[in-house]
Amino acid sequence: MTATLAAPTARLTRLQRLGLLALTLTAVMSVTRLTTGYDNLTSSGTIGAALRLTVPILLAGLAGLWAERVGILNIGIEGMMILGTWFGAYGAWQFGPWAGLALAVLGGMLGGLIHAVATIRFNIDQVISGVVMNLFAFFGVRYLSELVFVGQPQGGISQSPPQSSAIPRIDIPFLAGGSIGGWQSPDVLGWLEERGWFLLGDIGGVGKGLLANLSLASLIAVLLVPTSAWILWRTTFGLRLRSSGESPESAESLGVNVIAVRYLGVLISGGFAGLGGGFLAIVSSSYYRQGQTAGRGFIGLATMIFGNWRPSGVLAGAAVFGYSEGLKLVAGGSITGLFLFIAIVAGLAAGVAAMLRSTRRTSVAAIVAGVAVLAFLTVDEVPESLTQALPYVVTLVVLATASQRLRPPARAGVPYRPGGAH
Amino acid sequence: MTALDSPPTAPDTSPSRNPLDRILTPSRATALRTSGITVASSLVAILIALTISAILLAATGKNPIDAYTTIIETGASGNKLLEMLKRATPLIFSATAVAIGFKMNIFNIGVEGQYLFAALIAAEVGSRLDLPPIVHVAAIIAVAMLAGAAWASIAAVLKVGKNVHEVISTIMLNYIALSVIQWLFENFFRDDSDGGLNVKTTLLPDSGRMPDLVSGRLNAMFLVALATVIAFWVVVYRSRFGFRLRASGFNATAAATAGIDARRMTVTALLLSGAVAGLVAMPSVLGEAFAYGPNATPIQFGFAGIAVALLGRNHPAGIVVAAMLFGFLDSTSAELQLAQVPNSIVKVIQAVIVLTVVIVNEATIRRLNIRTAERARAELATGGAS
Repeated sequence: MTATLAAPTARLTRLQRLGLLALTLTAVMSVTRLTTGYDNLTSSGTIGAALRLTVPILLAGLAGLWAERVGILNIGIEGMMILGTWFGAYGAWQFGPWAGLALAVLGGMLGGLIHAVATIRFNIDQVISGVVMNLFAFFGVRYLSELVFVGQPQGGISQSPPQSSAIPRIDIPFLAGGSIGGWQSPDVLGWLEERGWFLLGDIGGVGKGLLANLSLASLIAVLLVPTSAWILWRTTFGLRLRSSGESPESAESLGVNVIAVRYLGVLISGGFAGLGGGFLAIVSSSYYRQGQTAGRGFIGLATMIFGNWRPSGVLAGAAVFGYSEGLKLVAGGSITGLFLFIAIVAGLAAGVAAMLRSTRRTSVAAIVAGVAVLAFLTVDEVPESLTQALPYVVTLVVLATASQRLRPPARAGVPYRPGGAH
Repeated sequence: MTALDSPPTAPDTSPSRNPLDRILTPSRATALRTSGITVASSLVAILIALTISAILLAATGKNPIDAYTTIIETGASGNKLLEMLKRATPLIFSATAVAIGFKMNIFNIGVEGQYLFAALIAAEVGSRLDLPPIVHVAAIIAVAMLAGAAWASIAAVLKVGKNVHEVISTIMLNYIALSVIQWLFENFFRDDSDGGLNVKTTLLPDSGRMPDLVSGRLNAMFLVALATVIAFWVVVYRSRFGFRLRASGFNATAAATAGIDARRMTVTALLLSGAVAGLVAMPSVLGEAFAYGPNATPIQFGFAGIAVALLGRNHPAGIVVAAMLFGFLDSTSAELQLAQVPNSIVKVIQAVIVLTVVIVNEATIRRLNIRTAERARAELATGGAS
């Protein structure tokens, strides 16, 4: 594949470009913070909350990615996440948090197995199977709750008993003040955050938010992004997985067992979704609650789409939604500051587009900047009910405006029978 | 393909017709046989589903025989008949809305958002109107259909104008609808005259209420549901428009060569589907709660409608039967609870039934296609020899 051949040279520049982009955005955020006085925009509290809210969406997005890369649409992620919340909470309550996470993965994989059998073995419409999976999971765990949780202390049909222990959290030494063998290391990022200097204060806040009080489960979840990318794009197994989603007939003619590969992809997808659910029930809270997933499976599906079916894109999309949710949670009033942030970014984009002499992009960016400035000056409070719709609106806008730049796996959603090409 | 390579079966002795003609235009007998197979395979699927559910029950330590006996006894007693019809009413609307989409090969997952949006708008508009009795109810129903169609039109525009697949757009629009409804309700439509105790829109005046058929037990919206199904049958199976719709849904390219504009059919089907979806909450708004309210208006019927449409094979008669079956199963939940069986098992059984029916249907169609191909090969082979 071209990407693999070009990798050694292109990769470095891409990393550098990403770093530059991150630095620019942080600088703009810093300007916004200093102008508006909303210190929470880049505080470690906000970023920490953002990370906790990002992880379930991220895992749901990766679940979608793994399924669609092998050619199976997974509308049932939400249902598999629900299975993850229930089995995760049950396992954590009975056997401890790590066993809970493991059971959550197994619960999600059970959902994945049902979806795989229905769509791969019996070739039924993949969307139908996903829709039924969501119904099945929602009521299935309700049934189980009534059998298992009802009658337990603080348990009930829509809630599990609370767990007694949690996944350990760590502070990274030297950067976020973690201790090594009882010795308290310096908290460099926290010190920077307290100073509140331009850019440095923001780097301190963001860094400390990510590295202090970090749940090991979050760490594992974030590491699954490069792991997924590496497996899918740098290994033979990954090539087989992706070829089953792009051109199963060619894959089969080259000796790939497309059916087995698809089963694996959907099982892994279910496992990711289950882990996301388990995270909600074990790390984000300490018990299972009905409706805990709150549509995150579908937000994950959305991040997969405008993350262009790539792990890094999924991470970026999940981070945007996690951040806006986290900011809302920690400091709802600061959210208007984001309008100024968007205005500055759009203004810069307009400038760049003007230098590149792209009239259309310049005008679009300028209009966005103008609207954002207007919103910043006039809107005092964004209604909570409307901000909830943000991920879904963004998805529709991206699909409507940038669908030419999206490249889903060619055969995602198309049933396949072995020997079909003969 | 092993099926095609297998030796041709012995030619049957039925009066010989042109084999190609037989494939392209099925005779009345063939059509009857096909629907017979459909019903039979559905029944087999339901039996399989009940077996799977029994295993699930047994695996979770409940006696499946007790549960099924309770369900059967409840049904045999006959006093659940009205409740069954009542529970089937919104399912019929919802399933018809989904089926209209399916006929054009469109998967409208957005019925949920469409009907909730329509319920809010219709309840609010209805409470402000001042009209004579029958006209008032008709006006509210019309507003509900328009509002449902309006919400569905977003998905239609995105699909036709921007090529956004309706599965994704309607999923997203469901959640957007929930936000918009909450915002409209909390800020504009909520009736605060009770000092904030009432979490509903203003109650409909008497002229805007649909009467009950059986007081307190079955609302006249049930008749509207039956009328909707009949209208669906007439429009889709007996009208020129319906033929074009099905043709376009079956093969858009082939239909386009006959002058059927697929884009137009897409828009029409989604708008019609949304309009019917707008009726889903009307039994509640017009006949029970007389208002929209976050706790008063039933949710989740959009997804249940998908299940009922699949179970009823998108056919009007099938939808009615499937809705009755689901309505009946739902009506047994109190008795199941009394028999110490968690009543959520009913919903689990429903999901298992739908998945099994779809799988068995898929397998049956595949077998039938293989057999038809084999028979045609056999007949063409013997025809060539004579």
